[in-house]
Amino acid sequence: MSDRLLKPIVSTVLGWLSLAAVATLAVFGLFVAPPDEVQSDAQRLMYLHVPSAWIAYLAFGVTALASALWLWPRTRATVWDRVAGASAELGVIFTALTLILGSLWGRPVWGVWWAWDARLVTTAVLFFLYLGYLALRRIPSAPDARAKRCAIAALVAFVDVPIVHFSVNWWRTLHQQGTVFNQDLDAKIHGVMAFTLWFGVVAFTLLYVYLLDRRYRLLSLDEDREAREVEAAIAERVGAAPPPAPPTPPTAPVEVGAP
Amino acid sequence: MSLWREVTLVAGKDLRIEARSRVTVQQILPFGLIVLLLFAFALDPDRGILRRVAPGLFWVTVLLASLLAVSRAFGIEADNGARDGLRLSGLDGPALFLGKAAAVAAELLALEVVLAATVVVVYGIHLNTLFPLLLATLAATVGVAATGTLYGVLAAGLRVRETLVPVLLLPVVAPVLLGATRAWEAAIDGVPSDAWPWVALLAVFAVLFTAIGMLAFGPLLEES
Repeated sequence: MSDRLLKPIVSTVLGWLSLAAVATLAVFGLFVAPPDEVQSDAQRLMYLHVPSAWIAYLAFGVTALASALWLWPRTRATVWDRVAGASAELGVIFTALTLILGSLWGRPVWGVWWAWDARLVTTAVLFFLYLGYLALRRIPSAPDARAKRCAIAALVAFVDVPIVHFSVNWWRTLHQQGTVFNQDLDAKIHGVMAFTLWFGVVAFTLLYVYLLDRRYRLLSLDEDREAREVEAAIAERVGAAPPPAPPTPPTAPVEVGAP
Repeated sequence: MSLWREVTLVAGKDLRIEARSRVTVQQILPFGLIVLLLFAFALDPDRGILRRVAPGLFWVTVLLASLLAVSRAFGIEADNGARDGLRLSGLDGPALFLGKAAAVAAELLALEVVLAATVVVVYGIHLNTLFPLLLATLAATVGVAATGTLYGVLAAGLRVRETLVPVLLLPVVAPVLLGATRAWEAAIDGVPSDAWPWVALLAVFAVLFTAIGMLAFGPLLEES
């Protein structure tokens, strides 16, 4: 049963559940949670920004794990290739969302859309790393060849992430101390705000699992269609080809072993 | 055949092709030089900007040239069923990888010598502490050659090879650009102690991706 990740009923329930969770998050984030003392309403973006970042990392982690499982001979199965692909797509979307939301937040709070902060730069590199991976995935070729190529590329990208992280961190700390980050945002968050943040993480995780299942289903249907189209094309070719030599007219049965 | 013998065989083949075709010397090197010239057009050479950013410009140029070198390294395997030849050669994946990567690294090192001399002369910089600078260059080159060879074989059989390799390779080697540039800056400023952490990072990168490449080259070549 590899053309579906979850049973249809589970998927439907999960879909409604994540919709309800995201709606609740919107209510909490926009109305219930109090505005931040320093950042006022801009801080409300954090209820989306932080969960997005979490999902991005989760998604890339899942891609790496699924790729490793595909490469491991004992666990090799199409399901892992599709999970890796579907999860990477979500990871890229949520990384983009993280960057955009962060930028929208940065403008009022830091006064700039973009700063060369370690985390921002790392996230941007992460985005491009997996954008390349998605480009690789889109190149048509034999399923197993593509799966192997993509699995290796996913693991290479995953190995590179900590190196990027360390190097960028060193760069920004060895060179200059954060200029825009020095405002003491040490204030601990409490009560409703913390709850909303955590709830956002849960809501987005539900959404991630739901979307992963949907993308998985689409990928398997797509692959199915491709395979069928190839079969149909082959059948057409065979049908259009000049008919094979006419069957020899029936003759007297040849006696096997006749002299 | 010992690993060393196999590696020199593969690297020798690629370098022999280079010696006869002169693609690196006649195409990739002029490309690097013109990029260095264009940087001077883009950034005002009179205000000392070039001198300050010279290490970064040098390494960006090297990375761009490395894309061409990688493309060339697998371009020569594309025709006349050369990849089938590699597959049937009986050489092991790790040896093939090391051989191809060594050839790319050798070409890049030769390029870097000329490009660095150009940067020193034309941008007017002084290289104060040479030792960390040389080590950083060596480690960075090995790292770029290893990742380039890895992605080169990954994309080898694909029709979109030429456009795919840059988009895959550049984000991965971003730390190399960062580390090599900082190490060079430290060397130019005469503060070697600032260079050593970056040299270490570059060395880790080089070792890691050489190991990954040795493991992955065989399986990837099979599918190309």
